[in-house]
Amino acid sequence: MTNEIAPLTDPGLPEHIHRKADVDPKAAKKAERQVGILFLLSVLGTLLFIYAYVGIDESIFIFLPVMGNTNAHQLFLGLGLAMALFFIGMAAVHWAKTLMPDHEVIDHRKEQRSKDEDRSAFVSTVKERAGEAGLGRRPFIKRTMGLALGLVGLSPILLLRDLGPLPENELNETNWKAGTRLVTDPGDRPIKPSDLEVGGVAQVQPAFPEGKERHLDDIAKDSVLLIRIRPEEFNLDPERLSWTYEGIIAFSKICSHMGCAVALYEQTTKHLLCPCHQSTFDVTRAAKVIFGPAARPLPQLAIGVDSEGYLVAKAPFNEAVGPSFWERDSK
Amino acid sequence: MSARERVAGQVANYVDERTGAAKWLKKTLTKVFPDHWSFMLGEVVLYSFIILLLSGTFLTFWFDPSMREVEYEGSYEPLSGLKMSAAYASTLHISFDVRGGLLMRQIHHWAALIFMAAMVAHLMRVFFTGAFRKPREFNWIIGVGLLTLGIVEGFLGYSLPDDLLSGTGIRIAEAIIQALPVVGSYLAYFVFGGAFPGEVFIQRIYTVHILLIPGIFLALITAHLMLVWYQKHTQYPGPGRTEKNVVGYPLMPVYMAKAGGFFFIVFGITAFLGAVASINPIWLYGPYTPGQISAGSQPDWYMGWLDGLVRMAPPLETHAFGHTISWNILIPGLIIPGIIFTGMALYPFIESWMTGDKREHHLLDRPRNAPNRTALGAMSITFMLVALINGGNDLIATHFALSINQIMWFTRIGIIVLPPLAFVITKRICLSLQRADREKVLHGRETGRLVMLPHGEFIEVHEPLSPEKAYLLTQHEQLPALEPVVADANGVRNPKGARAKLQARLSQANQEQIAKPTSKEMLEIEDHH
Repeated sequence: MTNEIAPLTDPGLPEHIHRKADVDPKAAKKAERQVGILFLLSVLGTLLFIYAYVGIDESIFIFLPVMGNTNAHQLFLGLGLAMALFFIGMAAVHWAKTLMPDHEVIDHRKEQRSKDEDRSAFVSTVKERAGEAGLGRRPFIKRTMGLALGLVGLSPILLLRDLGPLPENELNETNWKAGTRLVTDPGDRPIKPSDLEVGGVAQVQPAFPEGKERHLDDIAKDSVLLIRIRPEEFNLDPERLSWTYEGIIAFSKICSHMGCAVALYEQTTKHLLCPCHQSTFDVTRAAKVIFGPAARPLPQLAIGVDSEGYLVAKAPFNEAVGPSFWERDSK
Repeated sequence: MSARERVAGQVANYVDERTGAAKWLKKTLTKVFPDHWSFMLGEVVLYSFIILLLSGTFLTFWFDPSMREVEYEGSYEPLSGLKMSAAYASTLHISFDVRGGLLMRQIHHWAALIFMAAMVAHLMRVFFTGAFRKPREFNWIIGVGLLTLGIVEGFLGYSLPDDLLSGTGIRIAEAIIQALPVVGSYLAYFVFGGAFPGEVFIQRIYTVHILLIPGIFLALITAHLMLVWYQKHTQYPGPGRTEKNVVGYPLMPVYMAKAGGFFFIVFGITAFLGAVASINPIWLYGPYTPGQISAGSQPDWYMGWLDGLVRMAPPLETHAFGHTISWNILIPGLIIPGIIFTGMALYPFIESWMTGDKREHHLLDRPRNAPNRTALGAMSITFMLVALINGGNDLIATHFALSINQIMWFTRIGIIVLPPLAFVITKRICLSLQRADREKVLHGRETGRLVMLPHGEFIEVHEPLSPEKAYLLTQHEQLPALEPVVADANGVRNPKGARAKLQARLSQANQEQIAKPTSKEMLEIEDHH
């Protein structure tokens, strides 16, 4: 459908309606008083702020409905500041709305594009000046300049190289080796199978030799979750079953999706749930993914006991723990 | 001449003799701004940015951006003696041992949430009214840039305290970097200075958070405002308002008072929220360690949609030739957001291509008069909302006693089905509203007064619209759609090529309108009465 007609004629700006304060000096006086009172409320706010800063002890807590226990010092500082600022704003706006001129003004608009003669003058200036530089006539300068400018951008990128080391093979490795003892986290105590009851869960780390300190980087890949269920509840192939010990099974706690700690274990269903993106793993089936975005099971650590009866790793993880990366060999 | 006027004259003279600014200042002080509540959304963004600069500067005086391990000895007893990073300890110090520190932290966080919310609201206003059309495409692109940077800046900001919740967010960001094909693990090692989490990350994002991005913000916001200033503000249609004028109030004094006052109001409300509404109580989360996590891990709302997309992604990975590609991370974490933000940035050009309209526009559209655009907006919002819902699926599940799996499946299906549905419904609503407008112009407004005629018939009295209202409902132009591409005489099916055919098709859909009343129809109706 096209515009068959011109639209209705524009009736023009509606007639100006005077406000009360414009015609009635009494109303104007009243508005003036209101603005003044609003400014005074702001002054009160600042006074409250100063009082709260020096006069209210920081150890006092008061109960606010919905918000719960709130520190009185911070609360009244904030309320004072809020009052002081808010009422300045209200005063200014009220002033503008009641007392400042409210005649609508019309400003004219020009088209954004310049006049044609300015545009052509501009274009010819550019052409002329570019010609003076002679870039078009000297292709050798043009090409070498392009090359130089292109290459100079490489140096800042090169400078960023020392931001970090190369990953080497680190993403594939953890501190778990054959014979490494499992120690509690926190506590760093070696544990025996009897320490974990059926239905129990424990977070463990690999035991570190004397003098070696555990950093967050280590925890970020070594964290292992021990879960004990009744051995007959396992639904594992013989190899994976041999990685368990008396119903105790060990998984990397670092999610195979995006590396969050897979911390929620539901005892009745034997499911592990990652609270970040809800990937759900079935403990009885070697942490097979049964729901959510994770594409791989949690890596399983083969465990057994050493001569003193403490739980140890029988071998390192046989795959990289944590989220995927390009070089990861996921067979 | 009063003494005050004389002083003012002297000051003006002093300044002008040194700058020659009198002409420019005169023009500036009388510059006209149209009045509408929706124009204040952008102002809220600007003001919360200023609040962020002020409160953020205060926080830097005490915050220690370091991952050095310290033992906490401050006054918050539950964490006493615990090992933690200096960043976390100093955040606790600000919260418990600096007077007004917690208040400032909470004002800073609330201001950031308001900053993002106002930015999104402002974006919607600009989109639905067509304010992005020529000549304002540059400003639209700057706006999309600000929005993207705002999301990054907010994420880095809430990551700085190095608490358990924010550390988990960083872990997820690291996994996204690591998932990039070929360069992923190298990039992750460079960003974190080695294996995750390393010991340099906080100090690095600190520099980016307080210097780099705010600097870019300042530059972009300045450019954004200069363009608004130079191009003059758009205005809503109405009597006396045309493409050639701006109707409103002058900068001095009315707009100065209103806009300046509004800054204080926004600041006051933010301070009130900071005073009464606790936000990000990091002392409850504890220090970050990669082996732990708190249930119900949630990002701030402007990241929630992204997290929701990641949560609903199907478990897809490609394993080949000893390499792994994580589609379950790349698609929701990078590819879809990339498409969304690129599409958003390009939309002004796409629309002008679809309509074939290359003219300047300073009068805003009523959303109903651009049904296709409005429907597209509703569709995008629906997409984001479904993703956002899934970003909070764990909290929704616990609050409403629902199964998380059901919510996940609802959103997985919903994100594909609901947006197109929203498009169709919105477009129909727009066309219905156009039809209602047409009825009103032709037959007047329904008054709700029933009258019984002498012969017993009931009629409802219709009142003709005021000329102002009638003008408002008919002032918009209805562009003809581009001619469809038809086979030419020689039987060539697409003489102009597939592109032109697509353009004509889109134009047909885009320009679907309910015809405005013609003057002939108006006259006929008048004769009738």
